[in-house]
Amino acid sequence: MEILTWTYILVGLSFALYIGIAIYTRAGSTKEFYTAGGGVSPLANGMATAADWMSAASFISMAGIIAFSGYDGSVYLMGWTGGYVLLALLLAPYLRKFGKFTVPDFVGDRYYSNKARVVAVFCALFISFTYVAGQMRGVGIVFSRYLEVDIETGVLIGMTIVFFYAVLGGMKGITYTQVAQYCVLIFAFMVPAIFISIQLTGNPIPQLGLGGTVQDGTYLLDKLDGVLLDMGFQEYTSGRKSMADIFAITLALMVGTAGLPHVIVRFFTVPRVKDARLSAGYALIFIAILYTTAPAIAAFGIYNAIETVADKSVDELPVWVENWEKTNLIVVEDINKDGIVQYTPNPETNELRIDKDIMVLAAPEIAKLPNWVVGLVAAGGMAAALSTAAGLLLVISTSVSRDLFRTFVPSMTEKTELIIARVSAAFAVIIAGYFGINPPGFVAEVVAFAFGLAAASFFPVIIMGIFSTRMNKEGAISGMISGLAFTLAYITYFKFISPESNSMDNWLFGISPEGIGTIGMVINFVVCYVVSKLTPAPPADVQAMIQEIRIPRGAGEAQEH
Amino acid sequence: MKQYWKRNIRTLLILLAVWFIVSFGFGILLVEPLNAIKIGGYKLGFWFAQQGSIFSFVILIFVYVYRMNKLDEEFDVNEK
Repeated sequence: MEILTWTYILVGLSFALYIGIAIYTRAGSTKEFYTAGGGVSPLANGMATAADWMSAASFISMAGIIAFSGYDGSVYLMGWTGGYVLLALLLAPYLRKFGKFTVPDFVGDRYYSNKARVVAVFCALFISFTYVAGQMRGVGIVFSRYLEVDIETGVLIGMTIVFFYAVLGGMKGITYTQVAQYCVLIFAFMVPAIFISIQLTGNPIPQLGLGGTVQDGTYLLDKLDGVLLDMGFQEYTSGRKSMADIFAITLALMVGTAGLPHVIVRFFTVPRVKDARLSAGYALIFIAILYTTAPAIAAFGIYNAIETVADKSVDELPVWVENWEKTNLIVVEDINKDGIVQYTPNPETNELRIDKDIMVLAAPEIAKLPNWVVGLVAAGGMAAALSTAAGLLLVISTSVSRDLFRTFVPSMTEKTELIIARVSAAFAVIIAGYFGINPPGFVAEVVAFAFGLAAASFFPVIIMGIFSTRMNKEGAISGMISGLAFTLAYITYFKFISPESNSMDNWLFGISPEGIGTIGMVINFVVCYVVSKLTPAPPADVQAMIQEIRIPRGAGEAQEH
Repeated sequence: MKQYWKRNIRTLLILLAVWFIVSFGFGILLVEPLNAIKIGGYKLGFWFAQQGSIFSFVILIFVYVYRMNKLDEEFDVNEK
């Protein structure tokens, strides 16, 4: 069968599955809508967290980014996994014991202040909206690439699907859909990786293949280093970024991961505190499967591309190159007319341009796998984008119905609140879809910074809220605002006001805008500590609450389903 | 309960120290010297940055789960 037919069948089947699950598990109460009733098993929650967490960017683009940046790509690998250690050890168990529904809930109650709650809602909305716009764009791109419809139609189809299960199912629907989506995406990611690993290194485990030898007996990574050096590039296993920058970016991504509201709320859905801890462990296993395979796909991909295309005759390129030339994801242009493809770091003489996304998208063809595998990768990419979008949309709708409406209209009935939650989810889908179709030029830039902002705003005040009984509302509010303001100002300056000065010489301590959340976080910690020392201690009932959340017993009130 | 919290903090600090060493230590600060050592086709520093640190993170969380479950039982604050 044709690739397109397979894609339609597999993507269609996976969508039918998601919608079926959504109808079967639709939410009946606000508790089910916000936290799936708190009755999800740690294993299911771990899978759902992994799918929630891994976006279209993780699935499609990350391997490509690593392929072209080598060692520097490690910042994403360590940064987007190390945060789970922080989550498991410092946040998840305590927030589960706290037992409310959202991050602003915690901030508002812990800091006994609706002002703090509103600042937190603002941060949560800002982070989630920038993030979700990028996901919707991702949905559109995957659709247009595989189903041969235009991006607008792709975004509309994606919106309809997400609308269906996020609005209908709430957290309960999303959780079980994400479990299915995780299975689809990891299968789709691993199959081509395993086959390429066998072809190149003879080892079926990509993580071992990456350290293995290629046909002529030399180690893959050594050969890659040598070939890249010969062509004038940096060695694959050493980086270009400064150590300070690598350090700051990694830390900002880790802390940002732990501060992202859509990740944190997932730990409200398990029955007990010990389940929250365990669930973070499961989530990281599921994430690690993809994250340790991605660097292997990266090295295999760039090696394959260089071996089969660079310094070869323009007329004798492999079939997959010709296929993907049509999409402009790979461009071969014989500039000096010698009939040979030169691959060099100099943009004026370089004759081979490869888009980063191709490392995953073309993997099945490079490995000469049957057509259904290509359709599978399409379904996997869709699963990755949809699951993340749905998780974010839920945070947005919860923030509006729970943190804003409930706070200021406490007399509202549960039924009204549920309706408001659904209506705001619907609105959020439409707004996200709008940005997906008409992306503001800066969406791609901003998504990466959602992490810096989360690191600089939420993480410090939640940590202090749990580990310090002395931290008060004055400290928390000024800390959040100063951390956020500093990070936002730094990013805005280098990305939008003065992009031409965005180079190492002008950066503060040599830290790029991607890593500046680390400094924002430090500022937040310092400001909230100093301000809290100068202002009165929190009231006794809040101090008692802090003691209470530190002890696991009594988290209770879970329901089976 | 003070004792319980103290023991909890100690567990956290030990595990976070390991977390820091495998990622920021071996993967970033010491990557150059460690790259001089090779295991199979991997330079050790590079391996920690792209593989080893992630495996360590997974192990760390499960050690934490195990230690905390024991601690909860010892102080009788575990959930039924």
